[in-house]
Amino acid sequence: MMGHSATWRQLLTLLRPFGRRILLALLLSTLTIGSSVALMMTSAWLISTAALQLGIVSLGVAPTGVRLFGISRAVFRYLERLVSHDVTFRLLARLRVWFYERIEPLSPAQFQGFTSGDLMARVVTDVEELQNLYIRVVAPPIVALVVTLGIGLVFSLLDPLVALVAVAFMVTAGTLLPYLTWWIGSRIGRHRVAVRATLNSQLVDAIQGLPDSLAYGDASNQLSVLEATNTSLSQRERQEARLESLHTGLSVLLLNLAMFSVLVTAIGRIEGVFLATVAMGVVAAFEAITPLALAAQHLDKELTAANRVFELIDNVPIIEEPAAPMTEPIVDYHLSIKNLAFRYDENEPLIYSDFSLDLPHGNRVAVIGESGSGKSSLVNILLRFWDYDTGHIAIGAAGLKALPHEEVRRTFGVMTQRVHLFNTTIRENIRIANKQASDEAIIASAQLAQVHDFIMSLPDGYDTYVGENGVALSGGERQRIALSRILLKDAPIWILDEMTANLDPLTANDVMKAVMQAAEGRTIILMTHHLAFLEKFQFDQIITL
Amino acid sequence: MDRRLMAEAHRARLAFVATVCLGVFSGILIIGQSYLLSQIIASAFLEQAVLSQLGPLLIILLAIILLRGITQSVATWTAAEVAIRIKHDLRKELIEHIVKLGPAFTQQERSGELTITATDGIETLDGFFRDYLPALFTSLLVPLAILFVALSLDLLTFIVLLLTGPLIIIFMVLIGMVAAAYSNTRYAQLSQMSAHFLDVMQGLLTLKLFNRSKAQIETIRRITDHYRESTMNVLRVAFLSAFMLEFMATISVAVVAVEIGLRLLNGGIEFQQALFLLVIAPEFYLPLRQLGARFHTGRDSAAAADRIYAILNTPLPQQSGDQSIHDIQRIEFAHVSHAYADGNRPALDDVSFTIERGEHVAIVGATGSGKSTIINLLLGFIQPTEGQIRIHDGDNVHELHALDIVTWRQQMAWVPQRSYLFNKTIADNICIGNPDATAEQIAQAAESAAAHTFIQEFPHGYQTLVDENGARLSGGQAQRIVLARMFLRNVPIYIFDEATSSLDRENEALVQKNLRQHTQGSIVINVAHRLNTITQADKILVLDGGRIIESGTHNDLIQAQGAYFHLLQAYGETTHDGA
Repeated sequence: MMGHSATWRQLLTLLRPFGRRILLALLLSTLTIGSSVALMMTSAWLISTAALQLGIVSLGVAPTGVRLFGISRAVFRYLERLVSHDVTFRLLARLRVWFYERIEPLSPAQFQGFTSGDLMARVVTDVEELQNLYIRVVAPPIVALVVTLGIGLVFSLLDPLVALVAVAFMVTAGTLLPYLTWWIGSRIGRHRVAVRATLNSQLVDAIQGLPDSLAYGDASNQLSVLEATNTSLSQRERQEARLESLHTGLSVLLLNLAMFSVLVTAIGRIEGVFLATVAMGVVAAFEAITPLALAAQHLDKELTAANRVFELIDNVPIIEEPAAPMTEPIVDYHLSIKNLAFRYDENEPLIYSDFSLDLPHGNRVAVIGESGSGKSSLVNILLRFWDYDTGHIAIGAAGLKALPHEEVRRTFGVMTQRVHLFNTTIRENIRIANKQASDEAIIASAQLAQVHDFIMSLPDGYDTYVGENGVALSGGERQRIALSRILLKDAPIWILDEMTANLDPLTANDVMKAVMQAAEGRTIILMTHHLAFLEKFQFDQIITL
Repeated sequence: MDRRLMAEAHRARLAFVATVCLGVFSGILIIGQSYLLSQIIASAFLEQAVLSQLGPLLIILLAIILLRGITQSVATWTAAEVAIRIKHDLRKELIEHIVKLGPAFTQQERSGELTITATDGIETLDGFFRDYLPALFTSLLVPLAILFVALSLDLLTFIVLLLTGPLIIIFMVLIGMVAAAYSNTRYAQLSQMSAHFLDVMQGLLTLKLFNRSKAQIETIRRITDHYRESTMNVLRVAFLSAFMLEFMATISVAVVAVEIGLRLLNGGIEFQQALFLLVIAPEFYLPLRQLGARFHTGRDSAAAADRIYAILNTPLPQQSGDQSIHDIQRIEFAHVSHAYADGNRPALDDVSFTIERGEHVAIVGATGSGKSTIINLLLGFIQPTEGQIRIHDGDNVHELHALDIVTWRQQMAWVPQRSYLFNKTIADNICIGNPDATAEQIAQAAESAAAHTFIQEFPHGYQTLVDENGARLSGGQAQRIVLARMFLRNVPIYIFDEATSSLDRENEALVQKNLRQHTQGSIVINVAHRLNTITQADKILVLDGGRIIESGTHNDLIQAQGAYFHLLQAYGETTHDGA
């Protein structure tokens, strides 16, 4: 657990805004367990005293106390649940916002090197895991500590040695059991998790590659590999189960030994009337100790999740906003790139060694090259997602590096192979481009993109939901919606990056035609490996990479 | 309660019976311990017994305590064994079944979801077998025994327990239902909220391009806050029933304590008996409450089981035949139709054609015209719903489904449009299904696929691991590796589905030339969008809506000025003949 202290500190800062609520929840939690301890202790005392048959007066307020504690436990538990869940949800909201604020400037440059699955796991699963920080990790040890101190205090009024024995057992169980849990988790559990991850990736391979492995006669081989991993997973689980059973046995043993030892110590040292009281009190108090083992398990999970999240967001954005931004609006969208050299990393080959392009506003250029030849890098550079060291890029009179990022992104309209449609209506998906746009403007842009008729043919027209719960749109339709977006945004320079690569030729042709018609008067940078476009459409320049 | 899952317990019968027996034994120990405890305290308190007098009783108590620890430990272990064994077997069966169902099944499903069912889904059953199922058998025994003890000692305690016990069970069921409703709404809302967050994250680039990414901060805050408010409203009600449960359990202990206390005052009951009742009363409720807590484990498992059994119960496609094949002369499609289970119109509709040995056939048509269906039929991934596919083997004629599918597939090399690169080294990816290939053969195959040069440029060459993170393979590079796979095979039938679509002109021309050489004398079936690769085919089949609307050579079809001719014009490739 060493080396996690920085992470731990960072995590606790996240809890700070909820300090008061957390204190309240802790108080209620302690009172809940306190109530059951008090219930058992008062009951035991009541019976013992009654056994002396000194009349009802000798019981004092105990009968009332017993009933009160019987009720108060449930009440405190109820309130505690409400408060702690409220804290959890507030924490989740804060986590998401905090995470988003930190990650927004990093996209997309710092996402390189993370696989998409890993990235999404960090974004969703790990962030969600952290919401349990309070309930599962922070609260249990504090409550256990307070209850242990409370027992020590109350018992020491009767006899210090009895108190010492009770506290000693609670401390032993409260440290030994969580430590054992943590040890099992870090030794065996980690291996099991690793084997499970292997099984997972082998399964993905087997399922996604099933057509290939069947066709090439490799399926039975893959099955035996999978079965080997499956068996090794079961072996790991057995190892873990052996240790876990030791753990369960120990926790039952420690609880009852605590009771036994307290009783043996107490006999002859304290008044007989309190014997049952201390024996039952210590059993009830163990309710605060048992959850600690689970907390240890969660601590490890939270720290792992936190490390993964921090690893992602502790990056520094590659490009900061310009210190002295150009404030005058751009009047001339003449794009010029002079002697650009670029590579993603010092250890990687140059993508551009000496690239120049002069593009007066309204000109159309086609950039040809195989995938991987660096066409997409141009988008990253022009939109200021990546920085460049050598060369000069200007839009009109303004150097690219001096422009505020919002201004840069307003200038360019980008269409790529993959169109992200948000899980909302078609109307809202187009409106992404311009929050203030009227419905008429949206329809006009869809008409220009030649997708209006299609949208109107859907049952809910522009209010049709797309994505997971809505209609599935074809590649061509998605591209036309993307086109509607950049039309609505009214971007003066369009970058079309392999936008038709996933479409069949007939659709690709139609989409391309629609784009070129709609682009009237705008600058176009088309990147493609589809040479037929060069003959069908007019270009002022053709560049081969 | 899920009967299908109950039945699975047979797979680990011995361990399961042991778990249940140990659970019962543990209950007996609890009662014994409580009895001894009350006995010891009573002696020490009322008879002023000292430790030495209590010696034997204390030693028995200590023995019981030790025995409880051991029993608990062994029961945990046997319960785990039950779960581990069943999970292992189910995983194995599920994976094998998925593979047997084949691509026709997996391509309809989301592969991620299938993987999750086989791993996380089966893991969900863990709690069911480990905790819930044994608890079902043992949780009523201990309370019943305690009830019996109470009857013999104190009538009112017996009545209190008798009345509250069933009430607890009723509340438990009630909580189960409320909690299920609650967890369903909460789960739905949570996944909705997560989906939104995921949507924003996946679309972050798009949002940035439109300068809208900063505005999302407010939206995320709003949605999460809304989630908190609505969830807390549901929770208030859900927690209320949990409150009732807790309330019943604790207040009855309190009622029992006060009642026996008052009886003690009048000497109506012995102190030892009274204390015994007080010690044991919480033990009466504990198993019931634990069962309640595990109730949701049972529910979660049932949901996971639904999905697992849905896959396991999907009937397997027709079993493979046993005829082997030696000398393929002709492939014949006779009035073949195929309709996918969910499709409303057939993907392939009464298609007939023949392909002779050595012939090169091209299949063209728009997306969804049935090209891939023909390929899937040939590979035996799906079967014709009508008509026959006949394979002429020397003088014999076999129906495709009568052939042993494994030997049949050994006759073919297939390069799909989106082929899959396995999470292995480049070399292993090339020699899939051909593990005995030498390094030279692999390099030669890669050379033919114009892949050798770029593979060698990787620091680890052919040993480079192909994964998302590793070598950044471009689409064209990936395709060339798969082409190398094909070049490693010498077979009578080659099937290409857009096999060179991601290559640039130069490499494409080179690969096409090597292809022609490699496939000389074999049957070649070529599905293509880019028509320049098929002009030299012996026969071109033009598909539309699952039917063959034209067939002939390139020149025949150009002259006919039909569908093919128009397709060519639309593609704008008429001037690229034979490039």
